[in-house]
Amino acid sequence: MEYLSRYWTFMAKYNVLNAFWVNVSLTLAAGALALILGTIAVTMRISPVSSLRLASTFYVNVFRDIPLTVVMVIMASVVWMQLNVSFSNDFHTDFYILAVIGLGIYHSSFIAEALRSGINTVPVGQAEAARGIGLTFLQSTRIVVLPQAFRGSIAPIGNTIIALIKNTTVASVTGVSTETSSTMQAAIEMGPQFIFLIFLTFALGYVIIVIPVGVLSTSLSRRLAVKR
Amino acid sequence: MSGREYGRLIMVDSVGTEPVAQMVNVQKHFGHLHVLKDINLTVHRGEVVVVIGPSGSGKSTLCRTINRLEPIDSGEIRIQGKLLPQEGRDLARLRADVGMVFQSFNLFAHMSILDNVTLGPRKARKVPKDKAEAEALALLDRVGIKDQAKKLPAQLSGGQQQRAAIARALAMHPVLMLFDEPTSALDPEMINEVLDVMVSLAKEGMTMIVVTHEMGFARRAADRVVFMSDGLILEEGSPEAFFTTPQTDRAKDFLAKILHH
Repeated sequence: MEYLSRYWTFMAKYNVLNAFWVNVSLTLAAGALALILGTIAVTMRISPVSSLRLASTFYVNVFRDIPLTVVMVIMASVVWMQLNVSFSNDFHTDFYILAVIGLGIYHSSFIAEALRSGINTVPVGQAEAARGIGLTFLQSTRIVVLPQAFRGSIAPIGNTIIALIKNTTVASVTGVSTETSSTMQAAIEMGPQFIFLIFLTFALGYVIIVIPVGVLSTSLSRRLAVKR
Repeated sequence: MSGREYGRLIMVDSVGTEPVAQMVNVQKHFGHLHVLKDINLTVHRGEVVVVIGPSGSGKSTLCRTINRLEPIDSGEIRIQGKLLPQEGRDLARLRADVGMVFQSFNLFAHMSILDNVTLGPRKARKVPKDKAEAEALALLDRVGIKDQAKKLPAQLSGGQQQRAAIARALAMHPVLMLFDEPTSALDPEMINEVLDVMVSLAKEGMTMIVVTHEMGFARRAADRVVFMSDGLILEEGSPEAFFTTPQTDRAKDFLAKILHH
C-alpha cells in the first residue's frame, strides 16, 4: 500500500491525462485528414481516368509499405529540417502539425483500402443505375456509391482508427514530447523502481480509450449495414 | 400528368417517322466472343420494339449499348440523330434522356423510394426539391405504390421495386425507355403488375425497347418484334407475323421451345 502511495506521489509530477489528451487530439486531427485523403484516393482509384487510377494505386502502395516511423522521420528531418516547411513560429506547433500530416497520410492509405473493400460490397448495378439517370461520375460516386461503401466498411475503418490511436505514440519521433510514450519514457527514467506500474498505467489508459471505439464500430457496422 | 412531357398521348398507337434511336453496323466483342454482329436497328418515335431470343444471343448487350453502359467496338449509335458521346458530361446528359430499367431493379439501396425517384431530376436536371417530390409522388401514384414512398427498397416486394424503378426512369421525362429483362427476376405473381405499367406506357406513346421473355407482352404492346440469336438480328416484323409465321429455323425452334409446354 505504501508502495502504491509513493507511486501516486511520483506520478503526480507527470501530467498523464494531458499526455493522453495529446494522443487523442492527434487521433482526431490525423483521423479526419486520413478520412479525407483516403476518400479522395479511393475515388481516384475507381475513376474512369486511368492516370488518376495509377496515381492513387501508387500513393496507397507507397504509404502502406513504408513503416510509420520512417514516414515520421521524413516529416521531421526532411520536410521540416531540409525543406524548411514551417506552419508557425512555435516549433512545438510545427512538430504537432507535422505529426498530424504524417499520421494522416500514412493512415489514409489504409482508409482507402478499407473503403475499396466497402465499394466491393456495392453491387455494380447501383453505379449503372446512377449513371443511367444522368448523374456524372462524381455525383454517382458521392451520392450513391460512397455512402453505401462507408456503411459497408465501418468495421475495417474502425480497425484503422484503433491502429491510429496507438500509432499516435510515434509522434514522439517528430518531436511531440508531451504525448504518452514520451511521458512514459521520462517517468521510467526518473522512477525505474516503478517500471511495472508505469507500464500498467499507460497500457490501461490505451485499453480504456480503445475499447469504446471497438464497441462503437461493431455496433455501427451492424446498425448501418445497407439492407438489400 | 400533362404538359410537354406527356403530350405524346396525342400519338396513341401512331408510330412517328422520326428516328429516336439508330444503330448502324454495330459490332461488339467480349474478349473473343462476338456478341453483336453488324447490328442495324432503327426505332421511331412512339414505337415499341420487343427484342427476344435465347440467352446469350446478345439482346441484353444490345439494350445496354444504347445508353453506352456497354461501349461498342465499331459502328454508330444515335439518339435523336445525335451520335453517342464519349464518357463525360455529354454522355451523362444523354443518359438523362434515356430511361433504363434493369432486371435486378437497382434501386439505390440506402435511399427511400421517394429519394430514388427525385435524385435524377434534382441532381441532373436541377429541379427544385418540392417540385421534384410532387412529381415523384404523382409518378409513384401512377405505378400504384404512392403509399410506399417513405420506405427503403428492401422493404418492398420485387414487383413494387420494379415499378419504383420505372417511376425513377420516368421522372427524367425520357425520350426513350430501355427495359432489360424487367420481369426476369420477379416471382410469377408479380410479373403482371409490372407488365401492366409497361403496357399503359406503350399505349400512351412512349418509345420503348424491351428485352423480354414475355411473349404475352410482345403480342399486347409491341409494334415490332426483333429476334436475335448468336449476336445477329435474324428476324424483324410485326408480332403477329413473327409469332404465326417465323421465317428462320432458329426462330421456329426458339418459339417451339417457349410456346409449347
